[in-house]
Amino acid sequence: MTGFFLRRLASVFPVMLVTAFLSFAAFHFIGDPLQNMLGQEASAQDRARLAAELGFDRPFYIQFLKFVGFALQGDFGISTRVGRPVLDLILERLPATLELALLSFFFAMSAGIALGVMTALRPSSALSRVSMTGSLIAVSLPNFLIGIGLIYVFSIKLGWLPSFGRGDTVKIGWWTTGLLTKSGWKAILLPAISLAAYQLTLILRLVRAEMLEVMHSDYIRFARARGLPKRLIYFSYALKNTMVPVVTVAGLQLGSIIAFAVVTETVFQWPGVGLLFINSIRYSDVPIMATYLLIVSFIFVAINMVVDCIYYLLDPRLRAVGGIK
Amino acid sequence: MKRLTRKFAALFGSDIGHSYLRSPGALFSTMVLLILIAAALGAPLLAPQNILDPRTLDLLSANTPPWSANALTGHFYSFGTDDQGRDVLSATLYGTRVSLLVALVAVLLSMSIGVTLGLISGYFGGRTDAAIMRIADVQLSIPAIFIALLISGLSRTLLAPGVRDTLAIYMVILAIGISGWVTYARTVRGAVMVEKQREYVQAALMIGLPTRTMLLRHILPNVRRPILVIATISLALSIITEATLSYLGAGLPPTQPSLGTLIRSGQDFLFAGEWWILFFPAATLLTLALAINVLGDWLRDVLNPRGL
Amino acid sequence: MLKYMARRANVRLARFLGAAALLAIASSANAETLKWARRLDVQTLDPYAYNEGTTYTFNQQIYEPLVSRDDNGKLIGVLATEWRMLPDNPDIWEFKLRQNVTFHDGTPFTAKDVVFSIRRAMAPTSNVRTYVNAIESVVAKDADTVQIKTKGPSLLMAENLTAVLIMNEAWAEKNDSAAPQDYMAKKENYAARHENGTGAYRLVSRESDRRTELVAYDKYWGIGQFPLSIDRIIYTPIQSDATRVSALISGQVNFLQDVPPQDVSRLEQNPDLRVVKGPESRTVFLGVNMGEDKLISGNAKGNPFADKRVRQAMNMSIDRQAIQTTIMRGQSIPLGTILSPFASGFTQEMGRVPKYDVAKARQLMMEAGYGDGFSVTLNCTNDGMVSDERICEALVAMLAKIGITVNLDVQPSAAVWPLVLHRKTDFYLMTWGGVNSQILFENLVRSRGTWAGVEFKNPEIDAKIDSLSSEASIEKYNATVAEIWKVVQDECFYLPIHAQMLARAMQNKIHVTSHVGNMIYVKNVKVVK
Repeated sequence: MTGFFLRRLASVFPVMLVTAFLSFAAFHFIGDPLQNMLGQEASAQDRARLAAELGFDRPFYIQFLKFVGFALQGDFGISTRVGRPVLDLILERLPATLELALLSFFFAMSAGIALGVMTALRPSSALSRVSMTGSLIAVSLPNFLIGIGLIYVFSIKLGWLPSFGRGDTVKIGWWTTGLLTKSGWKAILLPAISLAAYQLTLILRLVRAEMLEVMHSDYIRFARARGLPKRLIYFSYALKNTMVPVVTVAGLQLGSIIAFAVVTETVFQWPGVGLLFINSIRYSDVPIMATYLLIVSFIFVAINMVVDCIYYLLDPRLRAVGGIK
Repeated sequence: MKRLTRKFAALFGSDIGHSYLRSPGALFSTMVLLILIAAALGAPLLAPQNILDPRTLDLLSANTPPWSANALTGHFYSFGTDDQGRDVLSATLYGTRVSLLVALVAVLLSMSIGVTLGLISGYFGGRTDAAIMRIADVQLSIPAIFIALLISGLSRTLLAPGVRDTLAIYMVILAIGISGWVTYARTVRGAVMVEKQREYVQAALMIGLPTRTMLLRHILPNVRRPILVIATISLALSIITEATLSYLGAGLPPTQPSLGTLIRSGQDFLFAGEWWILFFPAATLLTLALAINVLGDWLRDVLNPRGL
Repeated sequence: MLKYMARRANVRLARFLGAAALLAIASSANAETLKWARRLDVQTLDPYAYNEGTTYTFNQQIYEPLVSRDDNGKLIGVLATEWRMLPDNPDIWEFKLRQNVTFHDGTPFTAKDVVFSIRRAMAPTSNVRTYVNAIESVVAKDADTVQIKTKGPSLLMAENLTAVLIMNEAWAEKNDSAAPQDYMAKKENYAARHENGTGAYRLVSRESDRRTELVAYDKYWGIGQFPLSIDRIIYTPIQSDATRVSALISGQVNFLQDVPPQDVSRLEQNPDLRVVKGPESRTVFLGVNMGEDKLISGNAKGNPFADKRVRQAMNMSIDRQAIQTTIMRGQSIPLGTILSPFASGFTQEMGRVPKYDVAKARQLMMEAGYGDGFSVTLNCTNDGMVSDERICEALVAMLAKIGITVNLDVQPSAAVWPLVLHRKTDFYLMTWGGVNSQILFENLVRSRGTWAGVEFKNPEIDAKIDSLSSEASIEKYNATVAEIWKVVQDECFYLPIHAQMLARAMQNKIHVTSHVGNMIYVKNVKVVK
């Protein structure tokens, strides 16, 4: 176990190094960082002086090492749009994105598993048909259209739920949460649902496929033959066995949810890192783009690693072989 | 239609042909898809207005509701017009054309990158394989939409404003194309590794067939089924990704609108009661993606019952 | 001086009326939160760092100037109660300061703070320097009198000082904010995120791009004189037009300042909402860069904009009426000049919309040798003025009809304005707000003027513009202004489009009036249940 874990951990480093390098390259070669700091009317001497101060005249690899060093200390430079440290900006908005992502992940998982089981067990029931058709539509509908539709119906036509923002938030240390106020819950509902839609259909289809397969397996047939209660068979034997692939896919989908949050946050003007990122693209704010890339890929890599480890623990066959390829 | 089916069947085995003719969903979505493709290809002929030429725009005919005549100019518009006097029907036709074009080329791009790397990786194995798969891992750990956004965003920063709009379409194709190769590569690699062990490959190697011939003539044909399935599904995904990029303002510009760009500008008028500017492009986008997905689902069931 | 006496009387009257109003209002004082949404966020709280409408409007709730403008643009005293040019020396302006005013930290407001503030406004990093560049020195004559010495008589001193919000000297010195934040270089100082003003509201919290919260200042000098029905302000920037409007309809905000024209009529039909419309002293126009030998961003022989016939042709090819009816949905006044119709110096003749004549325009293009047209990039904002992006799109189509291929480059104003500042654009959409010809000339016309991206180089006109700041005779002043306008109108380097109309939408109980400068003074907002 330790060996596997260490090997897995070691494989993270090259990945992070590559993304760090990409961020560094973006920061240095796209947009002129010196120009950004100096303003437009600086003289050539000012420029040379600042370049020397910041070590821009040093060899490339030394600059890169310095960048990594600063990044490890949490120093990602100053946003060229807002003029504040990038890390502060991202940390300020991270809670909003994480709350949204986790809640929609929870929606997607619970509804996806429930509907998946149902469509597998009662494929001909009306609800199953509706959810299968619905799932096909949900895969074909871009996330932002779902969001616009939800706003149109629930905010404009019915006036039940807010169309933007986070509602009232409560500060707990550096974390701000919207989950402790009524307006916060009202505000998160629509974005979380629209973000969950796509993942929900994926989980639904996966659970359904796995369930169908398991139901045809020998041990379920035996269990049936022995006359065990249906509920016990379905939920204790069958569902349990579908969980390994579901957990894996679900874990990976969490990363995807964070990425798609960019879109949802734009539609609902949700004040998270995704909206910050979109704005930084619009304003060519390279330090934020680079840092966002770095932090988000770190999150993805971390999730991947955790998923691998869970997988390793859940599936004894892997342990025999000695790890995933 | 029948000839086409037969050809299709000849290419992928007659069982498919049978299944196809017996699947109403697949048949229907093919029809829908063909109509949309025809409409997209024929946009310059079918569209009442050439929306790519700003000279044809007349501000006076702006904001006409669908299926009515403009109060000032008297022109009749079946889908209405937007705030610039652009005929929504024409815009939707041209938008479909751009969306389909971008998605198709992007899929071809990621397919060629993916298949090539997959073949190389699977056939040569060893370090080459390890390196390619490592890159694939990195890329797979970052969702495609995110990579596409990043490429698109960085290119906006890099390109001079004068050429930004003209090059936007290539940038979007590149962004979507690059972000989607991994699935192909992994599938092809797996298939190649299996095929490599077969007798015919061993025999061909023995008689000294060049590697390239080997890969292209003998191994590639055996992986075309899974490739087709992936390509179909990723076509729908590419259409959606492009629409998303354009919606976020990181895709195609208003002067060369795709369906996503049209939805983006239509959104501003939705609450003002001018729903048609958003509705027609959005409905077309949904129909397009849905038809392809139904087809993809069917293909997957027929070609690869164990799922991908 | 007679004027001085009249003002004095006015102030007394105002005080009396204020006291009367107090009795009426005290009973209806019911705490209400103004949930205020706009398109853009406040860029900085340092009042001199960035001279931009949204930022200035918001900071007016926290900080106050000596004098300000009422809804119709008339000057009124705020921190100053009386002001005048000294009768015996027209180079000196004297301001009498209001008594019993305190800053939010409790320190009393004195003449020293005014001296400090004006000097700060003149600092190199200040973005409001253009309003104080006629000042030579400023001194505190006593605790509540300030004298400003100008370089020659300056008729507009008091008007210009509406842009200078007064800060607290001790606070700024203590917090390392004695010099304005260098906004252009993206630097921050303490004052950019903290405040210590005299205004009716003080800062509670601020998260940029998201939410800024103010509460009523309990020791505000104007308690009893203004309605002050609002005790809390929550300011939220919402970029998307659709989202902003839906936020009002669904009740998440109760006051919307930038109402998109396409939504005005629908909001008007909503029984729970009220839309207040009124003209704004802001004009929208195009600028062409005549200074370059070749286009920076286009494809043409030479610089077509240097040819007056091309400029005239372009001016004729803009269908201003169509822009008004379709894109602006009637929410604009089409114009033939870049000067606001509310400004002094405006004449009906200047304002008359040029005839829309494509045939004549084509002919002029031909005469200028551009019969086959040329291509150029138009730098356009998407958050700088009402429907700016759509106006640009329409212009692309209109100019295409006379053979000019326009590549549209739409970016946020934060990216477009620097292009104008640094003369890196050939062709741009621009806006100007204000009712003063001289300030407009200094910024938009005079060669090397801050925003004069047109690069109009005419030493004679420059000299005339410079003469205005030391012109003591009002007749001569007006005559010179008219002469300069004649040249500007004739040269056609700015292609005017319209003056914006403002629409503000709010819940029925909230009463915000319209203001020609698009200002909001929350202290004046009334709440009627």
